[in-house]
Amino acid sequence: MLLSETGQFSTCYAHDRRAFRLRQERVGLGLVLAFAFLVVPAWASDYWFSAILIPFLILSLAGLGLNLLTGYAGQLSLGSAAFMAVGAFAAYNFQLRIEGLPFLVSLALGGLVAALAGVVFGLPSLRIKGFYLIVSTLAAQFLVQWGLTKFGWFSNFNPSGVITAPPLTILGQDLSSPAGRYLLTLLVVTALFFLAGRIVRSDLGRNWMAVRDMDSAAAVIGIPVARSKLLAFAVSSFYCGVAGSLWAFTYLGTVEPHGFDLNRSFQVLFIIIIGGMGSILGNFLGAAFIVLLPLLLSNLGGSLLAGVIDQGHIENLQKILFGLLIILFLIREPDGLASLWRSLRARARVWPLRA
Amino acid sequence: MDFFLEVLIGGLLAGIMYSMVAIGFVLIYKASGVFNFAQGSMVLFAALTFVSLVERGFAFWSAFATTLGAMLALAWAIERGVLRPLVNRPPITLFMATLGVSFIIEGLAQLLWGAQVHGLELGIKDEPIDLGGILLSRFDLFAAGIAALLVLALSLLFSRTRIGLSLRSVASDPLAALATGIRVQRIWAVVWAVAGFVGLIAGLLWGARLGVQFSLSLVVLKALPVLIIGGFSSIGGAIVGGLIVGAGEKLAEVYAGPVIGDGLENWFPYVLALLFLLVRPAGLFGQRTIERV
Repeated sequence: MLLSETGQFSTCYAHDRRAFRLRQERVGLGLVLAFAFLVVPAWASDYWFSAILIPFLILSLAGLGLNLLTGYAGQLSLGSAAFMAVGAFAAYNFQLRIEGLPFLVSLALGGLVAALAGVVFGLPSLRIKGFYLIVSTLAAQFLVQWGLTKFGWFSNFNPSGVITAPPLTILGQDLSSPAGRYLLTLLVVTALFFLAGRIVRSDLGRNWMAVRDMDSAAAVIGIPVARSKLLAFAVSSFYCGVAGSLWAFTYLGTVEPHGFDLNRSFQVLFIIIIGGMGSILGNFLGAAFIVLLPLLLSNLGGSLLAGVIDQGHIENLQKILFGLLIILFLIREPDGLASLWRSLRARARVWPLRA
Repeated sequence: MDFFLEVLIGGLLAGIMYSMVAIGFVLIYKASGVFNFAQGSMVLFAALTFVSLVERGFAFWSAFATTLGAMLALAWAIERGVLRPLVNRPPITLFMATLGVSFIIEGLAQLLWGAQVHGLELGIKDEPIDLGGILLSRFDLFAAGIAALLVLALSLLFSRTRIGLSLRSVASDPLAALATGIRVQRIWAVVWAVAGFVGLIAGLLWGARLGVQFSLSLVVLKALPVLIIGGFSSIGGAIVGGLIVGAGEKLAEVYAGPVIGDGLENWFPYVLALLFLLVRPAGLFGQRTIERV
């Protein structure tokens, strides 16, 4: 009833291929976007912007980057944080060294540099498969972190290696307030999510899925496996790079290599496991989970268990709980939170007719 | 020349320590096809448990036995709670489940025993021995001896016992093994327990070297390139890979370090492993996979 298709006909193939085929879905999406762009900035407090909403959006974007590579193209990566770091430092250096470069342009250029790095570390994927491939992305992880701390040029010879992000202005508008940074992040993230939705429905996305399901079979039916894999690395790293720049510029306000260590890569990986691999929506769900759970736990721990358990133990309990949740998800819901959403949606479509 | 030999042999001996962690991986990968990221946290858990028991007044052997018991319980729990429900899932899922396991073990170890650094004394003085003009660390030689014993014991276990026979049959074809009446799931638990035992030995040696602390679980990151070079399914490969990584790392540190800057030991093994992979995509001793479409 709620999602009934009655009376909605596709009159051409383009209609059939749309991401949101039903009118109800398009209206719902419009409402969500209007809420995010118009209502949230007026209502949310600074704490919500800087501690919850901005990291949530950025982590969703990073998750999307990894999801394109792992969930759609089937190439396992443990180096997402490295590509985030490349994007952040590249964007910083473009801002620093080219006078008057608009922020969005350096964001895109940072993403492109990250894409280039992604292709370089993706090259071994042409020859090695499966688990052996994580050595390449781990090499990226350690090499990038080492290079960024080792060579002062990247951080403009700042002795601590931590650099302050320049003020954010777009078209003369100052966006340094929490609400402004939120809007900027939201704008970039929304645009890139729509783009990703198009990509996975295009030829390229289909090629990725074929390579993921079995690359020798894909090669046999004439899919350009090498090109698809490298493009997956490039596009994924572009997304991670942009997410990294946003992380540095709109979330933290500083750029430092240690924020992009292996733990960050794992965090992004958990987002896509919990959210759902091979799903666009899942990245939001997974990121929300990853951002909210620690807050919830420390609040709960702070109020309920105050005095009983000290702060260090809460961190350990959180770790244990995370591990348990990951295993639980893998066992009970291998397609992540996104599949819960899918089954809800399926129920809404057949609502009066279900058994 | 003496200096070169000293660096080389020091590196080889250090490499054996990496192999110790890698062997635990290989055992599990061979028998159950699981890429066990939790091996590093098992090393940490074992060492931390042992050291905390000793600090609470246990004698060496009773602490060793108790820790071994804990590792067996852990193996059983992992088989029951993780492997059994996830049977027949794609390898990537199992790998991610072991990431979860490593989180649980690390959290548990620190929850139980605290996060401070413990010293571990095995009674071997780490003083250099002079062998024909080459200075070698006594501790490293001891570790190499232990590793040799361990490999010998494992190969005896695999080739001379009934359990070893079932282990090998499960490794070569789980379905056929199941059909002949071998309890595959029990074998998995046994293999994880043996890997836990290897983790305990590795944990004691690494703990004596670095102190027992959280960073011990990061040795898994050192063992990965070792595995990649040696191939996932060969114990000999793990040893050879460890030697290559240890020697390469030390030589690079001494000879290339001054040129391109220090701290390269974090990434150098990975780049080395990558180079090996480009020539041999399944490692030096790994089985080549033949794909059917």
